[in-house]
Amino acid sequence: MNTDALKSKYEKLWRDTCEKVHAIHVDPLERKWIAISLLVIALLVTIITIDALFHGINPPSKVETIDSASLHLNKEFAEENLGVQVDDKGNITIRMVAGRYSFFPKHIDVPAETKLTFRWVSMDVLHGVHIPMTNMSTMIVPGYVAEVTTTFPKPGEYPILCNEYCGLGHNHMWSNISVIAKEDWKSPLKTPATGDKQ
Amino acid sequence: MNDAATRKLAISHLWVAFGAFIVACFMGEYQVLERSGFIQALNSPTVYFASVSTHGVLMAFVLTTFFIMGFGYYTAATSLKQPIWNPTLAWGGFWLALIGTVLAAIPLLSGKASVLYTFYLPIQAHVAFYIGATLLVIGSWIWCVIMLVMFNQWKKANPGQPVPLAMFATGANAMLWLWASAGVALEVLFQAIPLALGWIDTVDAGLARTLFAWTLHPIVYFWLIPAYTAFYVFVPKQAGGYLFSDEMARAAFIVLAVFALPIGFHHLYMDPEQEKGWKLLHGIGTFVVAIPTLVTGFTVIASLEIAGRLRGGKGIFGWIGALPWSNPMVLSVILSLLMLIFGGFGGIVNASYAMNAMIHNTAWVPGHFHLIFAGTTVIMYFAVAYYLWPLLVGKPLFSNSMALVQLWTWFIGMSIMTTPWHVLGLLGQPRRISSVVYNNLLTLSWQPYELMMIFGGLILLGSACLLIYNLAKTQLSPATEDFTQQVEYAEPIHAVTSLPEFLNDLSLWNKVIAVLMAISFGFPILQFFFMDTFESSGWGY
Repeated sequence: MNTDALKSKYEKLWRDTCEKVHAIHVDPLERKWIAISLLVIALLVTIITIDALFHGINPPSKVETIDSASLHLNKEFAEENLGVQVDDKGNITIRMVAGRYSFFPKHIDVPAETKLTFRWVSMDVLHGVHIPMTNMSTMIVPGYVAEVTTTFPKPGEYPILCNEYCGLGHNHMWSNISVIAKEDWKSPLKTPATGDKQ
Repeated sequence: MNDAATRKLAISHLWVAFGAFIVACFMGEYQVLERSGFIQALNSPTVYFASVSTHGVLMAFVLTTFFIMGFGYYTAATSLKQPIWNPTLAWGGFWLALIGTVLAAIPLLSGKASVLYTFYLPIQAHVAFYIGATLLVIGSWIWCVIMLVMFNQWKKANPGQPVPLAMFATGANAMLWLWASAGVALEVLFQAIPLALGWIDTVDAGLARTLFAWTLHPIVYFWLIPAYTAFYVFVPKQAGGYLFSDEMARAAFIVLAVFALPIGFHHLYMDPEQEKGWKLLHGIGTFVVAIPTLVTGFTVIASLEIAGRLRGGKGIFGWIGALPWSNPMVLSVILSLLMLIFGGFGGIVNASYAMNAMIHNTAWVPGHFHLIFAGTTVIMYFAVAYYLWPLLVGKPLFSNSMALVQLWTWFIGMSIMTTPWHVLGLLGQPRRISSVVYNNLLTLSWQPYELMMIFGGLILLGSACLLIYNLAKTQLSPATEDFTQQVEYAEPIHAVTSLPEFLNDLSLWNKVIAVLMAISFGFPILQFFFMDTFESSGWGY
């Protein structure tokens, strides 16, 4: 195969395309506007991408499956393992179950200004959870574990609200979380869950 | 070709659209009242969620689909100056879509399909709802086929000629919708209907959400493209000027159609079933699709400036005052662009990947899409209705001043309703709740905003009634013989004599879409078949 012929063919195609693009009439003012638009969009995209790649600022996206129909047989989300747990290294994990129409456990205490890992699962349908005024927000899709890592800067009493339509009682699906000043918070005396499946 | 058969076809579609619209407006006002909790007697989640589901389906599926079909038939026939290809088939599409709408309305209104217009599997509705919705979509596919056939027939008959801009935009929209609706069609045909009929016992909720996200973004461009078409092909002429750039209009429609499709995951930012890399990719695409809107804003405002200066406007801003503000089309485009600026700003917040966590599924989101859809887009549907009704019925508009009042009140009502809605979202109020029962101090701060929303909703309802009254009176008024007005398409300031094929044809872009869709949805859909997933059984609500 003659590579030169192929090369010249593609060069010609490229030249033709360029010519055609240049033949389009674009007003100089509109050209400037398009350039500004592209720059603004590029700036926003760059900021988001740098934050995502280098600062780890991402939405919750851990693709981890779980059988929502048999949570009661699952060690990690067995009733005694729900709520706040601290492991040997001091990492705090909060395991929560969403089911029509409540979050379990009903009330939890967590420390402010401390990294917290929430693990949410649904035992029935689609739910969503948001703690207003914070970025603790995720969808809870049956069949998947929704994991969110966040830090609450301000102590206070916050509601935990279901923010996805899950049935006629959806409004009643909420519970409370107390964010306690770091120095006043006491670690719960629980054995950490192993996370083993069944 | 402005023949009687096309006019009848168009106005039948448009009446179904606006009939659905007015019913849904009454529901909207009821919902904002019920939700506030100010009137205890209204409190009923059963009625509320049946109403929200119906309101969503009527506004997002029925108003839009029928409006787009009617508008498309009329602009295709008049811009190409040829009759509708296969009118029998077109009527078949109309009846199929109408029967589908009625079939879906029965379970919706009787509370058997309170699953909201986004379905939410594994919650399960009556099967008639899914079948009705499917028939509506199949009716719209018939429209797509007719539009694309007319597009290609005209091109063959007029080689080398630029396809009229109105037809180019409609053709791009037909291509967009065929691609867009495939996602929801797969969800309904392989998950929702089999589950509702008991053919299968379980569905993967993650897969269902991924397929719905495929449709959920491009569908809003399907709704928006007729509004942009009116911006480009009607507004400059009605303002008394010329279209600033025909080529850039085509480029904008192409980028809209191509980039609206592979970006649906910005609806899944907060979902656990997709990896962050895919979300980031779709997020970047979401920003790209802002570019044609920025170009459209420039071209439309430049066209208005040409018109304003031709009418004697001087100085930097003088041309704005010189515009014919009493022309409904011109007033609409000004108000539409104002709402687009604010709605677009909110949209950038939603699109911003991790920042979305603050407002995801809060009241901010319906605030945003009411501003950008019910505001920016639907106000142009009104403008088109005021412009086309006299042409379709052969009688002058019943009252121009009533139309102006209607447009202004729609804008004011929408501003009053959506501003507090956005604030409520920032204050953490979830969307899709029928009443506020949370026993928390935070919720007290929500009340004044609820009151404002009720007030805004009332203005909107009054405005909607004015629209329907004006259109009905136009049609029912006695015939006048001296009505000779014809549809007028805007001329570009630089006449377009020849165009490169990529600005005059859709087949190349169809292939580009196929590649982009394979990249952005290929793995994210296939992963469900390779992963060890656990499906959910169906649930009532």
